Amino acid sequence: MSTPRTRSQTGLLIIGASQAGVQLAISLRGTGFDEHITLLGEENHRPYQRPALSKEFLQDKVDKENLIFRSQEYWDEHNIELVKGARIEKVLKGTDSKGRQDGSGIAVAADGTEYPFRRVALAVGARARKLEIPGADLDGVVYLRSADDALALKARLGDFEDAVVIGGGFIGLEAACSLHGLGKNVTVLEYGPRLVGRAVGEDTSEYFLQSHRKRGIDIQLNARMSSFVDDGAGKVSGVEMEDGSVVKAQLVLIGIGVIPNTELAEQMGLEIDNGVVVDKHALASDGSTIVVGDVANMPNPLPGAPEGERIRLESVNNAIEHAKIAAYSLTGRQEEYAGIPWFWSNQADLKLQIAGLTLGYDSTVVRHDTEKGKFSVLYYRGEQIIAADCVNTPLDFMAVRTALGKKQNIPASAAADVSVALKSITVDQEAIA
Amino acid sequence: MPTIHYTDHEGKTVAIDAKTGDSVMETAVRNGVDGIVAECGGSLSCATCHVFVREDQLGELPQMEEMEDEMLYGTSVDREDNSRLSCQLKVTEDMDLYVTTPQSQV
Repeated sequence: MSTPRTRSQTGLLIIGASQAGVQLAISLRGTGFDEHITLLGEENHRPYQRPALSKEFLQDKVDKENLIFRSQEYWDEHNIELVKGARIEKVLKGTDSKGRQDGSGIAVAADGTEYPFRRVALAVGARARKLEIPGADLDGVVYLRSADDALALKARLGDFEDAVVIGGGFIGLEAACSLHGLGKNVTVLEYGPRLVGRAVGEDTSEYFLQSHRKRGIDIQLNARMSSFVDDGAGKVSGVEMEDGSVVKAQLVLIGIGVIPNTELAEQMGLEIDNGVVVDKHALASDGSTIVVGDVANMPNPLPGAPEGERIRLESVNNAIEHAKIAAYSLTGRQEEYAGIPWFWSNQADLKLQIAGLTLGYDSTVVRHDTEKGKFSVLYYRGEQIIAADCVNTPLDFMAVRTALGKKQNIPASAAADVSVALKSITVDQEAIA
Repeated sequence: MPTIHYTDHEGKTVAIDAKTGDSVMETAVRNGVDGIVAECGGSLSCATCHVFVREDQLGELPQMEEMEDEMLYGTSVDREDNSRLSCQLKVTEDMDLYVTTPQSQV
C-alpha cells in the first residue's frame, strides 16, 4: 500500500477545472488575490473548453489543442498549480484555535492524497443524465459530456452509418447536425412535444424542427423508447419503441440533460436544492465555501427579477460571470452579477443566439425574414422585453442584449417589422412609462 | 515565427510568438493577454474578441464575412473602420500583426 501524500496548504483549492473553475483562478489574479491557488480536475486533460465537443471538435474543424484554456506558462507565471486526474471524495472542514470552523480544511482524493486548503471552491459542474432502459450497457450507447466522450465518439465514426440521437436539446441537436454533416443517417428521438423545450419558446422550436427535417434529419417528437436492441454480439443495433417498432442504429447518442454534481457539497453538509444553494456572492450555506457555475443554484441575477426567485444556469457565460462574483467575494468585495445571461448553439447553418432569460414571459413578437433566412423571437413580460431567441440574426441579438444591459426597452408594437432595425426603435424605459 | 503585437487601451504593448493556423484571439487568450475575452471560444457568437487592426495592415487580412460584420455592431466599444473580431483572423506564416484592444469587451 502506498503512503497517502499530503500536499502543503494552498490558499484556495478549486475543485473542478471547469469553465467556472478556470475563470475563478484567472479572475482572482485580476482582483489582487496573491495566495497560492490549486486548480484540481478529475479528468486527465489540461483544462479545456467544452462547447466545441459536440460541434467543431466532432466535425474535425478544431483539434484538442485549440480547446485548451491557457498555456502552461500562464499558470506557472500566475502561481496557479494545476492537478489533473484527481477526484476528490471528501472534504474535511478545519477549525481555528478556538474550535470554530474557519473555512479551511482538507480535501481527500480517491488515491488518498490530501490537499489542505485555507479556502475551498466547488466548480464541480454537472454530469450527463443517464437513460436507464434495458440495453443501456450495450456497446455503441454513448454520451457526450467530456473530452474523453468526444474522443471515443470520434474514434467510432467509421463504424456506423445509422445514428439515433436521444434528446432534442442543444447537445442532441448539435451532435445530430455534426453527424448528419459527416454523412450519417440521423434520427432524433425527443420525449417531449417539441425541440429544445427547456430553453426556447414554441416558435423557435418549430423553426428548428422544420429546418432540421428539411436538411434530412428524421425527428420524432413525443417519442417513447422502451429498450436498446442487442445485435447478438453485445453491440447496439437499434432503439425499440413502446409500440414495438425499431429505429435502426449502430450508434445511439444520449443527450437528455445533466444532473448537478452535488455529492461533495452534501457530504460537507451544505444546503442542496436543484444544485448547491448559494447567496448572491456565490457563498454556500456554511458561509465560507464558494460554489460556482452549473452546480450552483443562485438568486436570479437579472435586474428586476422577483425577490427570492432562484435559478441554476448551465452556460459558459454564467460560469464566467458567476466566477467573477466569487473572485470578488473571496477578496472581500461584494459585487453584483454583471451582464445579461446569454447562450448560443450552432447547428449546421443555424446560428442561435439567446439573450436574457425567458422566465416569466407572457407574450412574444416573431420577426421572420423568409428571404434572408433570418428569424428571431422577442419575449415580453408585460410591456418590457426580457429575452430574445435569434437565428442567423446577430443584429437582433446584439440589439436585445444591449437594450437589456442598459435597462432599455424595445416596444413590441414596432418590433414585428423585419425591415426595421431593433437598435433604431430601442428606447429608455422611462420613455414608455 | 509569426508575431502578434497587442496594445491595450492604455498603450501598453505585448508581443506574442504565435502559431500558424491559430487565430489572433486564441493566441491572446492562451497567453493571458488582457483585453480579449472570447466567451464563445471562437464560434463567432459573442463579439468579445474585438480588436482594432493597424490601418496599413487591414489589406493583408481576408475580408470579413457578413456574420462578422453584423456582430461588430454589438461590440462593447463602438466599431471603427479598422475593427475586426480576432477569432476570425488566422495567423499566417511570417505574420507580424499589430492590433489594439478596446477598453472593454462586455
